[in-house]
Amino acid sequence: MAAVRVMRGHFDVERVRADFPVLARQVNGRPLAYLDNAASAQQPAAVIDAVAGYARAHHANVHRGVHTLSQEATALYEAAREKARRFINAASTTEIIFLRGTTEAVNLVAQAHGRPRLKPGDEILVSWLEHHSNIVPWQMLCGQTGAVLRVVPIDRRGVVDFDRYLAMLGPRTRIVALAHVSNALGTVLPIRAFLDAARERGIATLVDGAQAVPHLAVDVQALGCDFYAFSGHKMYGPTGIGVLYGRERTLEAMTPWQGGGDMILSVSFDGTTYNHLPHRFEAGTPNIAGAIGLGAAIDYLKAIGMERIGHHEQELLAYATARLADIPGLAFVGTAPEKSSLMSFTIEGVHPHDLGTVLDSEGVAVRTGHHCAMPVMEYFGVPATTRASFGLYNTRAEIDALREALLHAIRMLR
Amino acid sequence: MDLADLYRDVIVDHNRRPRNFGRLAGAIHSAEGNNPLCGDKLHVFLEMKDDIIRDISFEGTGCAISTASASLMSEAVKGRSRAQVADLFGSVHRMLTRHDAETDADLGKLAALAGVREFPMRVKCASLCWHTLNAALAGSAAPVTTE
Ligand SMILES: Cc1ncc(COP(=O)(O)O)c(C=O)c1O
Repeated sequence: MAAVRVMRGHFDVERVRADFPVLARQVNGRPLAYLDNAASAQQPAAVIDAVAGYARAHHANVHRGVHTLSQEATALYEAAREKARRFINAASTTEIIFLRGTTEAVNLVAQAHGRPRLKPGDEILVSWLEHHSNIVPWQMLCGQTGAVLRVVPIDRRGVVDFDRYLAMLGPRTRIVALAHVSNALGTVLPIRAFLDAARERGIATLVDGAQAVPHLAVDVQALGCDFYAFSGHKMYGPTGIGVLYGRERTLEAMTPWQGGGDMILSVSFDGTTYNHLPHRFEAGTPNIAGAIGLGAAIDYLKAIGMERIGHHEQELLAYATARLADIPGLAFVGTAPEKSSLMSFTIEGVHPHDLGTVLDSEGVAVRTGHHCAMPVMEYFGVPATTRASFGLYNTRAEIDALREALLHAIRMLR
Repeated sequence: MDLADLYRDVIVDHNRRPRNFGRLAGAIHSAEGNNPLCGDKLHVFLEMKDDIIRDISFEGTGCAISTASASLMSEAVKGRSRAQVADLFGSVHRMLTRHDAETDADLGKLAALAGVREFPMRVKCASLCWHTLNAALAGSAAPVTTE
């Protein structure tokens, strides 16, 4: 499998771009400017090769056979788990559960942790800026248990109101579930402070880290959360693979969610003994290739360095904010003082859907719509926004292309 | 793919100055349509005389394609019977979805929407108003959606 070279010296974006085969292609006769990284980021050759290399030489089911391929597949799969453990500094690989992604992780926690524990009148706290995947599983859990979902407000900048949060933490609060970084607004929560306050009161905590791990170094032990969830495809890995970190003593106290193969030690019609962590929560044949690809994505990010990536992206954000600010009728949606590298905006007189089409005709890929955060749209009183989200391979030239395409759309449609 | 074919002058004009926009005071039929993908919302109001659409208006937020389509539709169906509207919708639908189809001669200004078929993601934008109109004619209370 491709060796990963460690990047030294300054951040060389052209070298980074050369690692991503798709960036060489044209879209509608123009060079692709891929600015939809918050939806799904592109994959470097190291990830593509790791997945293909596994299929070519090592594929077999894991944890099941004594033959060579099965041992190799198991070793690769478990090595990816160890990479994920180090990536977020979990104490042990028993705390790393491979799942389909963030959505599945939140559902698992709701059903395996929440459902047996919650009583009518108990409270679950989320914020107003959550992605639907950190809202709907809790609404379903409330329907099943009689618990109540409470929502911490945000302000016009898209900052979650910490004082209100403290006031809302009450004797019935059982679970706090918060995004580390908002996908619709870019807001970075001071998550430590939120988690500290919950932990002091003995409340279980889940962090939706889907938009955080591609941009900043995460240390789950320093954060002190019970659960931390993220998806491979937002951090330059494959789709269909993600991680739920769960603190060991919290996981130990949970019953399994799905039953099947791999999650058992022994099965008989007199009774079944469940497997140890983390396998207890990985029923059935897992996404082996996906986990290996995720491991390769982690290696790739580490070789460049999260700090360096964050620095490059923050520069892009500052540049883009300045370049777009003077576009007539453009209003940023989400202006928190601490933001990750994305910008949501509206343009007076031009609907986001039309913008998306015009931009695409010029090779610029952005996301338009509600970004699976309809409460955020409701709060800002807009049906949809246009979102440009930057990753480690984006350039100032691409932001210039975005600006030109926006001006073109305005001339054409307003 | 040619943007100028999608955003023809007629479309841009009807988006800037939608005709029959607003709430019809004497409306006896109305229906709501949603496109959950882009958050578009449309409300169609009808004043019927027997089988004929005597007056029509619409309200809502949407992209240029959905606004222009609703505006063009409102002009096209005024004074027509239910059966004529059904025929017209058939022609519009063929134009929006069938690459081989000749654009029907009776479409008039609605033919400006022919470029939409090159943009499959946008067909729903153009057809939302027609589905909403059908719901209003059928007197259906549940909002229609494109999904
Ligand atoms: C903040 C946030 N949470 C959760 C998700 C859901 O992730 P996935 O679709 O990979 O399960 C996303 C992305 O769609 C997201 O941006």
